[in-house]
Amino acid sequence: MFLSLAGIVFGVSFFVVTQAQTSGFEKFFIQTILGTNGALRISDRFQDTYGTVEQVDDDGDVRFLFHSREGSLYHEGIDQPSLIRDALDDYPELLGVSEIIEGSAVLDTGFRRKSIVLNGIRWEDHLQSSDLNNQIIQGTINNFSSDQMGVILGSRISQRLGLKIDDRVSLVGGTGNLHLRVSAIFESGVSQIDKNRIYIHLTTARSFLGSAYGGSVFQIALNEPEHAPGLAVQLQSALNHRVVSWQERERVWLDVFKALRFSSAITVSCILLLSGLGMFNVFAILVIEKTRDIAILRSIGFSRMDISAIFLWQGTIVLVAGITIGFLFAALGTYLISMIPLRIRGIFSTDSFVVNWDLNHYLWASCIAFLFVAVATWIPARRAARIEPAKIIRETL
Amino acid sequence: MDFFLKNNVMPNGSMRVENLFHSFSEANGTVQVLNGVSLEAKPGEITSIAGPSGCGKSTLLYLMGLLDRPDSGKVFMGNSEVQNLEDDERTKARNHFIGFVFQFHFLIKELSAIENIRLPLLKQGKDEDSANQKANELLSELGLESKAQRPAYKLSGGEQQRVAIARALANSPKYLLADEPTGNLDSSNSEGVFELLDRMAKQTGLSVILVTHNEKLADLSHQKYWMEDGRIVI
Repeated sequence: MFLSLAGIVFGVSFFVVTQAQTSGFEKFFIQTILGTNGALRISDRFQDTYGTVEQVDDDGDVRFLFHSREGSLYHEGIDQPSLIRDALDDYPELLGVSEIIEGSAVLDTGFRRKSIVLNGIRWEDHLQSSDLNNQIIQGTINNFSSDQMGVILGSRISQRLGLKIDDRVSLVGGTGNLHLRVSAIFESGVSQIDKNRIYIHLTTARSFLGSAYGGSVFQIALNEPEHAPGLAVQLQSALNHRVVSWQERERVWLDVFKALRFSSAITVSCILLLSGLGMFNVFAILVIEKTRDIAILRSIGFSRMDISAIFLWQGTIVLVAGITIGFLFAALGTYLISMIPLRIRGIFSTDSFVVNWDLNHYLWASCIAFLFVAVATWIPARRAARIEPAKIIRETL
Repeated sequence: MDFFLKNNVMPNGSMRVENLFHSFSEANGTVQVLNGVSLEAKPGEITSIAGPSGCGKSTLLYLMGLLDRPDSGKVFMGNSEVQNLEDDERTKARNHFIGFVFQFHFLIKELSAIENIRLPLLKQGKDEDSANQKANELLSELGLESKAQRPAYKLSGGEQQRVAIARALANSPKYLLADEPTGNLDSSNSEGVFELLDRMAKQTGLSVILVTHNEKLADLSHQKYWMEDGRIVI
């Protein structure tokens, strides 16, 4: 029975710890991408093709016209950003909307050159829809806001080009050259962004790219990012622009995290399954050993249910003790793992294990342990309840 | 119990069986164990059932004690016919009206003497204090007050059998069914047990049904039946 208890303790604690890790990394990744690229992005306008259906009615012909998104024609960028912006004001779920003009160019320090993706932003708006302020690792957003020719560089770009705050750099491409001053350096943790992206003022970007009115994308932050897919469908229909939720945008990585979580949950559940099997054996043997005592109890008036209850109570005690001790180990293990140094750069940036303290992990661990222990206890308990006292007493004499 | 409450009758009076038949299925076929047994055990008396091994004495006792069901025939507790009660009803009837004493005492060895005696009381819903009080009274009555806390397996054979009797009497049953209660005891202990049962029967109006090989004890009973081949012959 001690081994079964130990199995439940370790099963529960391992389950919680592995889930805390995998969901911790997943949550951190989501925070990173929400803070960098927003929950929704509105990009290209599309032109619906139209279909018609004819139905002959009693009063004459009736024509139905419907939008068809199949084979839609996409036009790059947003035609009339101000109209889109006004329309978005009708959606209270939106936390912030940032109009961004995107383009490619080359940064030139005089000694080194690097191709980059420039993002023209209104800094006040962008801070509402991103975590840029917290991602700045050198300089300040004020440096940028006060300088129309300021630029915020990705950390890997600044490393590659050897640029520091207040250094001068040229932006080559578009309509010509721009001379910019490094206002700040940001690190999102997403290496692809940190080594390619720079931020400049929207008006500066428009002038540089020769695009007087249009915007490339709208980046939107939501009060409840989980609702992004539903809202994306609504907005796409209302605005006639392509709207992509973060779940759709990052599907590959989210699927990877989901697979990892399931995989670890299944693996660790095997520990609980084994302890359940151990417990089943213990109870099955106990029923055989105690057959005579069960017959005695039945003869003095204990019902079948009373006999079952004896075994079910023992199972419950082991389960409750296992879960309780398991929770303590789980909390301790999660804390200790969060202290382990681990440098990760790539899809996010961290210097230690990222864990997610979530009561749902404890709930799931309890449910799985309960399921296995319930089955492991119930079957022997049922067998014990079926013992016929007269038969056992007769055979014992 | 519910059956008796529902029908507004309490088992009061004799335990009777009428024309009981019972058989066992075995690998070689069906073995007929009881062939139309009828008898009556009156309150305040010891009714003994004697006979050779395998004649069906114990089977008859288990049928009377609602531990098993007859193929046919009737079992009466007082005026109530009980052989067809549902399992729950039979369990409650055993707890409230019937006490069993077996040849090998059948105590729960891990429990102390007093804990064994308390079992049927606690099952009946008595609180700890009143169960302890009743158990102590019985232990005192049987001269075992000093052994109350001793584990069952540390008691002598005679002591164990007296604890088993105390457990059977704990719920103040109407019927005490004893299957060779002296089978494992020496003659002095056997007589002691018989005297105890006789005293209890007289004091409380208990019907004692005693299955025994001991002809001397059977002769001392108020009523004696002799069984052979599943039939009452005397």
